[in-house]
Amino acid sequence: MEYAVQMKNISKSFGSINANSNVNIDIYKGEILALLGENGSGKTTLMNILSGIYYPDSGQIFVSGKEVSISSPKEAFNHHIGMIHQHFKLVDVFSAVENTVLGIEDEKFDLKAATKRIEDICGRYGFEVNPQQKVYDMSVSQKQTLEIVKALYRGADVLILDEPTAVLTPQETQRLFNVIRSMKADGKSIVIITHKLNEVMEISDRVAVLRKGHYIGEVETKDTDPQKLTDMMVGRAVSLNIRRTDPVNPVKRLEVNNLSVRNSEGVQVLKNISFTAYGGEILGIAGISGCGQKELLESIAGLQKAESGSSIKYYAPDGSVNEMIGLKPAEIMDMGVHLSFVPEDRLGMGLVGSMGMSDNMMLKSYRNSPGPFTDRSPSKKLAETVKEELEVMTPSINTPVRKLSGGNVQKVLVGREISAVPTVLMTAYAVRGLDINTSYTIYNLLAEQKEQGVAVIYVGEDLDVLIELCDRIIVLCGGELNDVVDARTVSKEEIGYKMTYLTGRGSDPREDKQ
Amino acid sequence: MNEHKPLVHIVKRTDIRWWKAWIIRLLSVAAALIVCAAVIYAIVKLNPLKVYGSMWNGAFGTKRRSWVTVRDTMMLLCIGIGLAPAFKMRFWNIGAEGQILIGGVATAACMIFLGKLMPTWLLLIVMFAASIAAGAIWGLIPALFKARWNTNETLFTLMMNYVAIQLTSFFVSLWEHPAGSNSVGIINQSGKEGWFPALLGNQYTLNVIIVTILTLGMFIYLRYSKHGYEITIVGESERTARYAGISVKRVIIRTMCLSGAICGVSGFIAVSGASHTISTATAGGRGFTAIIVAWLAKFNAFVMILISLLLVFLEAGAGQIASDYNLNEYASKIIIGIILFFILGSEFFINYRLVFRRKESTR
Amino acid sequence: MTQILSLIQSAIIFGTVIMFGALGEILTEKSGNLNLGVPGIMSLGAIGSLMGAFWYEQSAAAPVPVLCLLVSFAAAMLFSLAGGLIYSFITITLRANQNVTGLTLTIFGCGFANFFGGSLNKLAGGVGQISLPITSKAYRAVIPFLSNIPIIKNIGWLVYAGIILAFVLQRWMFKSRAGLNLRAVGENPATADAAGINVIKYKYFSTCAGAMISGLGGLFYIMDYIKGTWASDGGIEALGWLAVALVIFATWRPRSAIWGSYLFGLLSWMYYYIGGLTRSTSELFKTLPYVVTIAVLIFVSLRRKKENLGPSALGLSYFREER
Repeated sequence: MEYAVQMKNISKSFGSINANSNVNIDIYKGEILALLGENGSGKTTLMNILSGIYYPDSGQIFVSGKEVSISSPKEAFNHHIGMIHQHFKLVDVFSAVENTVLGIEDEKFDLKAATKRIEDICGRYGFEVNPQQKVYDMSVSQKQTLEIVKALYRGADVLILDEPTAVLTPQETQRLFNVIRSMKADGKSIVIITHKLNEVMEISDRVAVLRKGHYIGEVETKDTDPQKLTDMMVGRAVSLNIRRTDPVNPVKRLEVNNLSVRNSEGVQVLKNISFTAYGGEILGIAGISGCGQKELLESIAGLQKAESGSSIKYYAPDGSVNEMIGLKPAEIMDMGVHLSFVPEDRLGMGLVGSMGMSDNMMLKSYRNSPGPFTDRSPSKKLAETVKEELEVMTPSINTPVRKLSGGNVQKVLVGREISAVPTVLMTAYAVRGLDINTSYTIYNLLAEQKEQGVAVIYVGEDLDVLIELCDRIIVLCGGELNDVVDARTVSKEEIGYKMTYLTGRGSDPREDKQ
Repeated sequence: MNEHKPLVHIVKRTDIRWWKAWIIRLLSVAAALIVCAAVIYAIVKLNPLKVYGSMWNGAFGTKRRSWVTVRDTMMLLCIGIGLAPAFKMRFWNIGAEGQILIGGVATAACMIFLGKLMPTWLLLIVMFAASIAAGAIWGLIPALFKARWNTNETLFTLMMNYVAIQLTSFFVSLWEHPAGSNSVGIINQSGKEGWFPALLGNQYTLNVIIVTILTLGMFIYLRYSKHGYEITIVGESERTARYAGISVKRVIIRTMCLSGAICGVSGFIAVSGASHTISTATAGGRGFTAIIVAWLAKFNAFVMILISLLLVFLEAGAGQIASDYNLNEYASKIIIGIILFFILGSEFFINYRLVFRRKESTR
Repeated sequence: MTQILSLIQSAIIFGTVIMFGALGEILTEKSGNLNLGVPGIMSLGAIGSLMGAFWYEQSAAAPVPVLCLLVSFAAAMLFSLAGGLIYSFITITLRANQNVTGLTLTIFGCGFANFFGGSLNKLAGGVGQISLPITSKAYRAVIPFLSNIPIIKNIGWLVYAGIILAFVLQRWMFKSRAGLNLRAVGENPATADAAGINVIKYKYFSTCAGAMISGLGGLFYIMDYIKGTWASDGGIEALGWLAVALVIFATWRPRSAIWGSYLFGLLSWMYYYIGGLTRSTSELFKTLPYVVTIAVLIFVSLRRKKENLGPSALGLSYFREER
């Protein structure tokens, strides 16, 4: 087999984080390579290097045996490498053909001829693209198809697809796989970045696995199975020794029934989710990123519109039961249901970057003081307490939080939510990007909350943590509840498998007991 | 490895010290004054220092001139105060000009029709209320559409200015006095009904009092009130605002009513406390200038005083040059323009840092 | 009948001033720059043409009409280009806020024009009222055959030039590669950048070229609308804002600016020809173009049809974040 691309000893770091360290990867001509790894394993960074978005700190890239330097997407195209990102790079008000020819300088500007060529490409690989259709009229899958056509139009021989099926329905996924196969038959090389094992098994010829920025190995797909791949992907279970007590006298707090949600584009992101959360336990939510975790928490917090038929019941400590769907976010907050979500950019959802710790402390509670003015003394006191107890590194409690490091920002966020004495505390990605010590501080805080009878819902990325921190774990897969497992007995592999492979609907084991 | 890096690249900076930022701003004003001096010299061939001297004379040369400077500063400040909450919320209220005029029209209407019916103190209160209501309505209309349908507020408020200008023309010719003059003339000249009374021996004391109260009030409102807190959050990120359970729509509408109302009060001050007449020139472009005042001051009420004073000083000073050297008064606009260009440009050096590629990294 | 004819003629002449202004602003806004300095730029173009023509007519013993045209045209272009460059440098290179910079440019441009317009005769040694008979006449020359048609009898050639320019711009924007690139820059600069388009270059080009076209509006105002004189009455400024309104009304399409501008002309002059209006009610009538623009603005935001909303990145400066 001939090499299309070889990447040798590629390293790339962002600040103190090593996204790739000495990664070697080969792509052959006419093959489908799956690049497998958990979130944050460096798959996308590696491919961004190949497509000219990032420049590697060290390492070599060979295209068809010749060493090359790729410093822009345009140069990548000159080497016939094209990448389809998760966030499409399309101009909304342009038609498919206008988007396709955008930025191409070395051919005559002739939309008719371009339309013809697009139709040829579509005919050859079985795409369904209407060249005159405007992008804003397209579904997500059509936009993705257009991105692929765009790459082929520019003569790409190596196509990189970054989690292409994350946004597709099963039918659309099948259609995508068909065109991928016909592109392979035409001699193109296709790299699929993914963490869905069933798709790896179905479409790829070879699998390369990354874990935490390191290259783990590669196997022929026909010689492996999902279990082996999971082992490669998640590695051995690591013992973390997170403090976990047995739930004492759990009481029902939240009962979610048939929760279904569509996002603003009309795609169903949650499908008939039902579960119960108890005070005095930590309920983990596992799933590949973008499988509906965010929407699930936001629905409970009143920030997402649920489809009719959905129900979220709140069992207050005083014994009253309230339906929460239809309530305003502020009303839900007043009931004691709190959400702390750490978004990818850390700020922008829970904190106001230009304000200091002190002012951010009262973001959700400023209404509670009487009169037209804000009462800053409690939040000042609280800020001092949080600063001290969580060891927040900040020059003063009035320094804009934008200037704090990521870990400190998260401590502020989590500290505030805990201080509100919630009855239900939802946290998402609370330890995103944090060092070990800070992470443990936060685990301990959550464990304390649980011991005090709070129903904690924890969304996290690290399976080792989920298994050691939580009492029960809900496994989401593609917006559906795949299973509810007991964190004390489940294995990491089993969760990893259930995150990626939709098995039979599991029932909540606790539900049967009560 | 770095062969593709450009020679200079620009990095955002977040940690500039406040005094460094102010040094940059002062330097830009100094640079602007030098350019202005060159322009003045090119036009009138006069020693620029002498010209600046005569500008000082124009703004503060006599007691009366000083008071006019104070009066105009208060006016500009008042509009800037009105705009601050809207801009802090990232709502581009370009419509101050219209809100001032409508407030002025409401004031003039009260003076004309109610002047003989009630004592001046009551009349002043009525006029104050009327100007607030008129300005608030003018601010509310674009806010409603922004909140409900996300209609572009920059262009909407801009158009509202011209509707207000034409409405003013309409009322001017309706209330024309004397007939055929195409102006309203001085309203209630004989009895001074509805004029600001002279307090503490000065005609403009009340202007200063009202604007000072508004300035302090706005400072406290933005910094210490729950509303001000909400405005900051909405301006920073609507997503965060929703997370905090804030109704973004309500904040937009409420804040624009307030913004329009204070601009309406500026119209009240302009009519009742200064010109005692109404015309399309009552706002005189100050609605636009105040946007720049509010923006440059980063909505800080006290910095606005400084910038308003600078602009009014330039305006008055340039007027003086014009009469001293037999030029026309528009010279002030040129100078103001140049200075503002420099201050605007200087913000770049406060927000960004230029990083030059060092030689050794080119290996 | 003659009334209607003269209304149409007034509407066309009036419309042409704002059409030039709006065409330039459309070109500018298509690159994502909202330039509120249009009134200032039009004033700069106006004073440029006035000064150029004035200087030439004063200094030449027997001014040649063609040279009158050339000199005043070149001066108008130079002045408005300077305005465009100031705006571009401050907003594109120095990334200052577009709205504030535009407003400042309006203050500066109008002040500059009124200053020199008002003191030109004084500076030139007291020649009395400024008038530019030869230049103005050359600009108002009619086109031989078209002038036989009654309805457009007195329409000068610049009006036709404006229409042709609108068509050329429309074609360039929507049918050429450079036009496509420009629109991509205004819609989604990050995507354009990723496609290898030089965002900064396109922004500079369209803002400066747009300024020069807007400047033509000022030239036309001086030479045709007020027939080669000067008035510091803020007339250009008002028309400049109307040009900004026309951009919205035309939903950023040069071709629609043609009929839009004439419609604005009709709306603006209608009061003059409608019987029974007092002077005050006629002022109310003059709000029509603005009210109509507001209605369009609301309508467009209600329908949310993306093509009519204007460039998505309008008003934002572009900064490719370095990692």
